[in-house]
Amino acid sequence: MDCNTCNNKAVIKLQHGALCKNHFINYFEDKVFKTINKFQLIQRNDKICVATSGGKDSLTVLYLTKKYLQKYNYPNTEVFALAVDEGIKNYREKTLEDLKLFCKNQEIPLHIISNKEEFSTTLDEAYPKINKDTNKKPCNICGVWRRYLLNKHARKRGATKIITGHNLDDEAQVIIMNMFKANTSLAGRIGPKSGIEEHGSFVQRVKPLYFCPEKEVRLYTILKGWQIQFTECPYSHTGFRHDVQEMLNDMEQKYPGTKQGIINSFLSLMPLLKETEKGEPEMIKSCQSCSEPANQEICNACKMKEMMKN
Amino acid sequence: MNLTIINERKQSKEQIIFEGTTLKELLKDLKINPETIIVTRNDEILLENDNLNDNDIITILSVISGG
Repeated sequence: MDCNTCNNKAVIKLQHGALCKNHFINYFEDKVFKTINKFQLIQRNDKICVATSGGKDSLTVLYLTKKYLQKYNYPNTEVFALAVDEGIKNYREKTLEDLKLFCKNQEIPLHIISNKEEFSTTLDEAYPKINKDTNKKPCNICGVWRRYLLNKHARKRGATKIITGHNLDDEAQVIIMNMFKANTSLAGRIGPKSGIEEHGSFVQRVKPLYFCPEKEVRLYTILKGWQIQFTECPYSHTGFRHDVQEMLNDMEQKYPGTKQGIINSFLSLMPLLKETEKGEPEMIKSCQSCSEPANQEICNACKMKEMMKN
Repeated sequence: MNLTIINERKQSKEQIIFEGTTLKELLKDLKINPETIIVTRNDEILLENDNLNDNDIITILSVISGG
């Protein structure tokens, strides 16, 4: 199959036609830059923290953030990478090695923080104990601690935005997960910009890869020639998300455009969901233990840390 | 035809005998959802309707990073 634009061999068949390597790279980068512009994800006076893991999504968004700032002439906008080492044996150390090398080559400052330093425990140590007391899945524990650490350490370093590598597949999954669990209040907080904008303790999270399917992201990294080791989190099959992911991939194969359709439907509804949220303002407090933002007296991160002491 | 299949996710390399012609048929035989992988042959990206040849070395790369 040939590219619809030139006659070179195609590397991907999209719904609107096939593209060769060069036309795909242009199409992909243009889509990311248009997302940043349309949703005003980056402003000129921002200090940007890119949440990174060393996987394909975060390396892509890190690279394209820097490229965007150069292309649109934002010489004073600072960028740094921030990674969380959760303490997952035979997994995270590999992706962090890729990340260190990538950041060195791209001349982007990298900061690594860890569960061990912050909570005095690794995820591997914490999961069996917290699961026994609360039945929480590893992804629940990991997610709470990771969001906590990213927000706290991005803010400490003066960041005004946290850029994440969430792609279209991730977002379609979370929309369906929230729908299945009737989490309509959470649904109001997702989208290309997420987090609570108005609260000073939260750094807003933004997602330039919002319209990029996971397959396109991987293809982009292959065509760019980045050496990324395939690594699989040992806990990845335990979560609800994994089942939703498989379901959506089956649906996409049978009915192309399913994931994009979910995103488009959500974006049509998003203004209504956010409006509903405004009617029920959530009181943001400061955690009595760590002073970080919390919706209860003690934040969830501290509650789980406390469980490890018992 | 004889094919060598390198599977990134399984970290495996195996020889198989394939009775079909295209990549699409191969993936159906292997019960792999094309949505979840990208296939290369000598660093060239293959699409589902590409024909395979005897003694091809096929690499199946995972789209899903298991994080």
